Order: sequence, then structure tokens, then C-alpha cells
Amino acid sequence: MAQSKDEVLAGLAALVNDETGVPVESVVFGKSFAEDLDIDSISMMTIVVNAEEEFGVKIPDDKVQELKTVDDAVDFIVGAQA
Amino acid sequence: MTGIGTTSPLGGNATDTWDALLRGESGIRSLTEDWVEQYELPVTFGGRVKVPAVEILERIELKRLDPSAQLAVIAAREAWLDAGEPTDAKERILVDFATGIGGLGTLLDAWDVLKEKGPRRVLPMTIPMLMPNAAAAAISMDLATRGGARTCVSACASGTESIANAVDHLRQGIADVVICGGTESVFHPLPIAAFAAMHALSTRNDDPARASRPYDIDRDGFVLGEGAAVLVLETYDHAVARGATMYAEIAGGAVTSDAHHITAPDPEGHGASRAVLDALAHAGVSPADVNHINAHATSTPVGDVAEYTALHKVFGDRIKEIPVSATKSATGHLLGGTGALEAIFTVLAAKHRLAPPTLNLDNQDPEIPLDVVTSPRELPENVVAISNSFGFGGHNAVVVVKSL
Repeated sequence: MAQSKDEVLAGLAALVNDETGVPVESVVFGKSFAEDLDIDSISMMTIVVNAEEEFGVKIPDDKVQELKTVDDAVDFIVGAQA
Repeated sequence: MTGIGTTSPLGGNATDTWDALLRGESGIRSLTEDWVEQYELPVTFGGRVKVPAVEILERIELKRLDPSAQLAVIAAREAWLDAGEPTDAKERILVDFATGIGGLGTLLDAWDVLKEKGPRRVLPMTIPMLMPNAAAAAISMDLATRGGARTCVSACASGTESIANAVDHLRQGIADVVICGGTESVFHPLPIAAFAAMHALSTRNDDPARASRPYDIDRDGFVLGEGAAVLVLETYDHAVARGATMYAEIAGGAVTSDAHHITAPDPEGHGASRAVLDALAHAGVSPADVNHINAHATSTPVGDVAEYTALHKVFGDRIKEIPVSATKSATGHLLGGTGALEAIFTVLAAKHRLAPPTLNLDNQDPEIPLDVVTSPRELPENVVAISNSFGFGGHNAVVVVKSL
């Protein structure tokens, strides 16, 4: 089930908000998870676990390190769904 | 003793809890969770906290903390505020905090996820939420204290042992302020089934508020409760120097062990009576000075008699003249949190010169001829009280409270 980038962004923003309390409107393209949104590594790992279930994809552990921005994550998820 | 806080089956803070206790209210109710029926549990009631954590804490705090740590943080914030938020160097403020079991609900929920969805769905916060030191760590982080965050685990004696430890820390001079107490929250079908398997729990399902009945001839086991209680302790001189309001003095405490049986109390009460005597000696008072007791009194057929035997060993026939309060009759048994809650009751009894009531004593067991307080009773001007706790493993802990 492939989703559009905007659909994935909306779903990801909801997961980020649920885990960290960061407002969904702050989770937009161009933002870095660590620097801009102040998300620590354990929250990031939780978001990854929940994202795998939400989007029906597998995010390998070595790939997680590369997902530094909202764009990285959305692009990866959209690619993995395709 | 300059600050108290609690969230308990009787109320969401210390004042509400104490007032409900004096009014003779019970915090024990039928459980409404789906799993009670789903698993056909043999026990269908307990003492959930009166004010759920979800009504107090931020969503992120609820997600990051096991329920036992959630309740600990709520009670610690109240106690710290009540103590006037001491401004000592954070390195001189120590947390010594108790739990009987720790983050059991988190552990069991994560196991369910693993079985149903596989290891990749197990959340990374699982370990930091289930570890038994999580509550002490949460308090230390929440109040930014850096003098050590210790954890005391001795089953149902834990909360009292934590307070005894706190007195030692202050006497040793390793801290200026100690935040102590205990917490527990294990309302989940597994611990209820497991305690029921031991025949430890009351099965008075049709009348929950009357199920916890220490010393009554028809008592049939303890009632599971949940909650946290926190006390802020500092030396007398330190409290005076910063102009703090003092409730009472935690004059001493002691811990002993039975080496008798993993769950059964020593019927002779050797370890328990020694804990009382050691605590009194630590406090610099004698058995003849004691004029109030908050008993462990869980409402089990064997435990209540064993505690009486231990008390008789210490006080002799004078035990019949000492007003005894068995407050688990109203709160249920908070396991690792229970000793701390009962220490707060003992402190408030000393402050207000008022012993709180014991509920449900319809027919007192003739084998336990204690002077049980059944409606609030005035205490003498100079209160010297003890609060007892005993735990599986043969743990005995006693603290001594003196009025100021």
C-alpha cells in the first residue's frame, strides 16, 4: 500500500507527537529530528518501532542512523512502500 | 520531617487522604477493568488510587514512566512543595526510595507485544521503565537532585526500610536532605492471580469496603492497594536553620530479618520484636514511652497474630493499653508503598495528637487483645509512636515517630 509523501508526513508527524509531544505542525520537511525537534535517541528508536508498524515497512538498524531529517524518513518510507 | 506527599486509594494528596481516613472512608472498590472478567479472577476488588495519574501528569510522562514511577513522581512533587522546596546544593539532596516489585506492568505488557508482534515491536523504553530503580531515578530527575538515588527493595517492608535508611543517611552526614518513601502499582491480572494462588488475598468480592478487616475474627486475607507516599527528612538543626515547618521527628528506625520462612512470619516474633526494640534504642526511647502504634496488620489470619505476639514480647501486658491503628483497613495494602503511607499517618497522628481509626472491626479476635482504635482518638501531648512493616523474605522494618 503505497502512500504519498504528504500522507507519510502526516502519519509520521502523528507518531512524533505521540511519543514526544512535539506539535504535529512542527514536523515538516526541512527539519532535523535531533537539532530542530530536540528528539533524543531513545525517542527516535521508539518512533522507528512505531513507524514500522504504521507504514508496514522494515527500517534496518543501520539505516536508522541515516534518517537525520524529516525528509530522510519520509523518502525512505515512501521508497520502502513502493 | 518537613514535607509529605501521597497519592493513595483515599485521596490524591496527603490532606485529602488523611481527612478521608479520619472520616472512616474506605478506598477499596470493585475493579472495573475488562481483564477481571476475562480471566475470571478469584479476586475482583482492590484499592486503586483515588485520583488516576492520567489526570495529573503530562502525556509524555505517562508514556515514559511505569505506573509505579508515575505515582512516585506525583507524591514527590507534593512532598517537595510541602517542604518549601529546599534550596540546598543538589549534591546534598539524596533520594532513597522503595518499591516492592517495580515496573511489573511494563514488563508484562512488553512480553505480550513480543509474543503477539515479535521482537521488533518491543519498545526501547521497556527496560528503563521496568527497572526497580525507575521510581527513585524519576524523582531524582524530576527534582534535579544529585546526592544519589538509591532503591530499597524488601517486599512489603520496603517503604519503612527506606525511611530507616534516610535517618541513617542524615546521621552519617552524607546528605542534608533526604527524599524517602515508597511506591507500588501492580494492578494487572498476573499479580492478582499469583497473590490469590498463595491464598494471601481476601476473597470478599461481594463486599469490597469491608474486606480489609485487621484483627477481626472473620478476616480472610489482605486487599491489594496501590499508591505512593513520600517524606522529606532533614536534621532538626537544618530544618531550623532554613525556617522550615516541621511535622514531627522521625527519631529512629531499624531493620531485622527472620531467617525463618520465605513467606510465613516467625510465629514467635523474634525478628519483628527485635526490630521494634532496635528502632526504639536507635531513637533513644524505651518501650515504656510508646503511646501509639501504626501496625502492619494486613488482615491475614496468621500475620495479624504474629505481629501481636511480637508486640507482646516487647511491651508485655502494657500492650493492651497502647492505642493501635490498623490503617490498611481503609487503604488496602500498598506493598512497597505501604510503610511510607503508614509513616505519614503516624507523623500526622503525632502532629495532631490523634490516632486514626481502624475499619471493619466487628468482632475482635480474642487471640489479639489489643486496644484497637476504631474511631479517631486523642493522643497525649508527647506522642512516641512506632510504625511497623514486615515483608515476604522475613524482612522487618520499624520507624519511631515523636511529636515536637
